[in-house]
Amino acid sequence: MLYTNLKHLETAEDFKKAVSENENVMIICGRMGPMCIPVYEIAEELENEYSHVSFYDMDFDNPASSVLRSLPETYGFMGLPFTFYFKNGKVVKATSSIQSMDQVKTILNSEFPVAVKA
Amino acid sequence: MDTGNHYDTIVIGGGPAGLTAGIYLSRARVKTLILNEGAAGGQMVLTHEIANYPGVETISGYQLSAIMKKQALSFGCKIRSNISIAATELYGDIKKITLSDGSYYTSDTVVIASGGRPRMLGIPGEDELRGKGISYCATCDGDFFTGKEIIVVGGGNSALEEAVSLTKYARKVTVVHQFDHFQAFEYAVREAEDNPAINFLMETVVASFDGQEKLESVLLKNLRTDELTRLRTDGAFIFIGYVPNTEFLRGVIEMNSSGEIIVDDHMATSIKGVFAAGDSIVKRYRQVTTAVGDGTIAALAATAYINEMKMQRKETAVI
Repeated sequence: MLYTNLKHLETAEDFKKAVSENENVMIICGRMGPMCIPVYEIAEELENEYSHVSFYDMDFDNPASSVLRSLPETYGFMGLPFTFYFKNGKVVKATSSIQSMDQVKTILNSEFPVAVKA
Repeated sequence: MDTGNHYDTIVIGGGPAGLTAGIYLSRARVKTLILNEGAAGGQMVLTHEIANYPGVETISGYQLSAIMKKQALSFGCKIRSNISIAATELYGDIKKITLSDGSYYTSDTVVIASGGRPRMLGIPGEDELRGKGISYCATCDGDFFTGKEIIVVGGGNSALEEAVSLTKYARKVTVVHQFDHFQAFEYAVREAEDNPAINFLMETVVASFDGQEKLESVLLKNLRTDELTRLRTDGAFIFIGYVPNTEFLRGVIEMNSSGEIIVDDHMATSIKGVFAAGDSIVKRYRQVTTAVGDGTIAALAATAYINEMKMQRKETAVI
């Protein structure tokens, strides 16, 4: 159980729905640990600023999180949280362990740029 | 001056010292803003279970931080987390803190409670392989190393206690320590030495972490012989103490050679109207309880300073 203000993914179906119905998705898969909590808080703070991105979390100890844990992008990952960035249902970036606000923003800006209207 | 950006007090840091200062200041009707570079709670959230916080039998560091944050907010304290401070102007009656996004805040007083962070080795491969075999948190990442061989770097209480706890997962734990003796308490040393899954490499440092997609080996240097050897390993946990988060104040405020801020009994620093509390100050014992005590004193001293300033301004106005 994750005590965050983010939308929670509880099942594999939740996950499929989230990445198929939203163009830009960030999912943090972790526990309520010291390396994970700062990343949830960063996502909570960025939800308003990045309204074109959908932010979710998923409990690492929930067996359904195997949909994330088994992704090939996690090869070599040995630090929580595992954070995934999906564009049109495909993983475009994944990170392991704690990330700073600047690191997360850099990824969001490069992978999910806001289209500039002419 | 844009008064929307002006506060009576700005607290830098949102760990137990900063949040306590925020609680006391806001409750005393002092307009307070906490600027926090990380997540609220600071290093307190690193603690899985706190069993020695008086009045609370056991609580996780995360829960205790959440309560402190809620208390501060309930008294009207404003909190901005995950910001980055670009510049500080602490001399003069009005202090100014500028953030990296260009926004700024001013205040009459500042309480520095910027805390500390785990010390890193700063050697090749450490940044690249963090989360891919290198970890600073045994309770977070220990189970990724079930049945594997790992190293623990350090020789203090944390290093030895975590080495013992990691034997629940790892098949073999090698403690790598730069000195010929441990700085840890006797009980922690004995417990580690008695554990058959732990062995020790003394007077040895890690020169580099190596691996392609994940950590595969470390290059070790024996400090007595200068001999270099390569050790295959699946993981490395680093527990080599903490450094104060005071780099942004170097040359500005009086500190000791370790970068800890020098304060008096009232948590006053070398700059008028600037107070400091918690792990960023010179002190021997660093606990949540001592941080809370420091934060209380700093807040009360800052409140007294503000009241004095107000009185002086009133007198000047009358004259």
